[in-house]
Amino acid sequence: MIGAAALVLGVVLGLIIQPTVPAGLEPYLPIAVVAALDALFGGLRAALDRAFDDKVFVVSFVANVLVAALIVFLGDQLGVGGQLTTAVVVVLGIRIFANAAAIRRHLFGA
Amino acid sequence: MSTSTRGLLRLRILLRPRGTRAQLVVALLCGLLGFALVTQVHNSTSATSRRTARPEDLVRILDDLSSRSDRLRAEIDTLRATRDRLASGQDSGSAALAETQRRATVLGILAGTIPASGPGITITVRDPQSTVRADALLGAVEELRDAGAEALQLSGVGGPAVRLVASTALLDAPGGGVLAGSTRLRPPYRLLAIGDPATLRAAMRIPGGVVDTVAASPGADATITVSNATSVAALQALPRPRYARPAGAS
Repeated sequence: MIGAAALVLGVVLGLIIQPTVPAGLEPYLPIAVVAALDALFGGLRAALDRAFDDKVFVVSFVANVLVAALIVFLGDQLGVGGQLTTAVVVVLGIRIFANAAAIRRHLFGA
Repeated sequence: MSTSTRGLLRLRILLRPRGTRAQLVVALLCGLLGFALVTQVHNSTSATSRRTARPEDLVRILDDLSSRSDRLRAEIDTLRATRDRLASGQDSGSAALAETQRRATVLGILAGTIPASGPGITITVRDPQSTVRADALLGAVEELRDAGAEALQLSGVGGPAVRLVASTALLDAPGGGVLAGSTRLRPPYRLLAIGDPATLRAAMRIPGGVVDTVAASPGADATITVSNATSVAALQALPRPRYARPAGAS
């Protein structure tokens, strides 16, 4: 509950403040957001499976974000930045879909 | 309990707030996610992302913009050609229109369908004993036409002014006065003519001309006034020819 409220609060703060992204962070922010979303959905699914562990959630959140940013950075250095970003986004998208399907099955039984 | 209600129940239990530290950390991370999400959305929809975009992305954007610019240039050329075509067509159309309007005005004046004004003369015929006959007036009309009168109007007592055109007949009315077309007029008559005033006046005053002929009728006389703003306002309806057709038209 607090998590949902905090999410909404974060959205509202972002709309009010509307900060500009520092130039160094710019290519990594979108991928970090997608990775964080994947962690969020994973946490939600775990909670519905009654297997939620706070530590696991925090670690997975942070690890996802860091690993995704690292992969993007590595790709840029190697010169395959675009393709690697695509690959990361695809994988995260698949995981998000899988988690969302599990959540849906829990909530609506279908 | 079905799966769905069990799941919803679990969700409700899940959403119940608890004050543990773990919950707070989770909340913090969720807040951070929401903040970052909105920021990124705002950033990607603004146009400042070119500076840090990857080269291949920039090349792709450049290609898109080049092909778009080519397409738009071709469209500009097509539209320019269309505009030129329309403008030239418009000019010739308006010239033809002006010419047609001019012809309509000229024909209207001659046919008596539009009022006319200009320099001309007014002939006033006083005839207290009603001795002036229609052929004297007809002679005046023909003399005026000969002298270049372009629009003629006869007015008198007892009826509206009559525009004299080629088809107007002037007859003696039974019981006095004249019959101009189908309008009966009694003296004094006023004959208005638009044309070169000096020529018209001279034509009226030739020896044996209209002025002398009218003066020969007992009690009658004709006076001529010259004006630069003679106005012929009487109109003549234009009947459609029933038998005559333009020669050469099918």
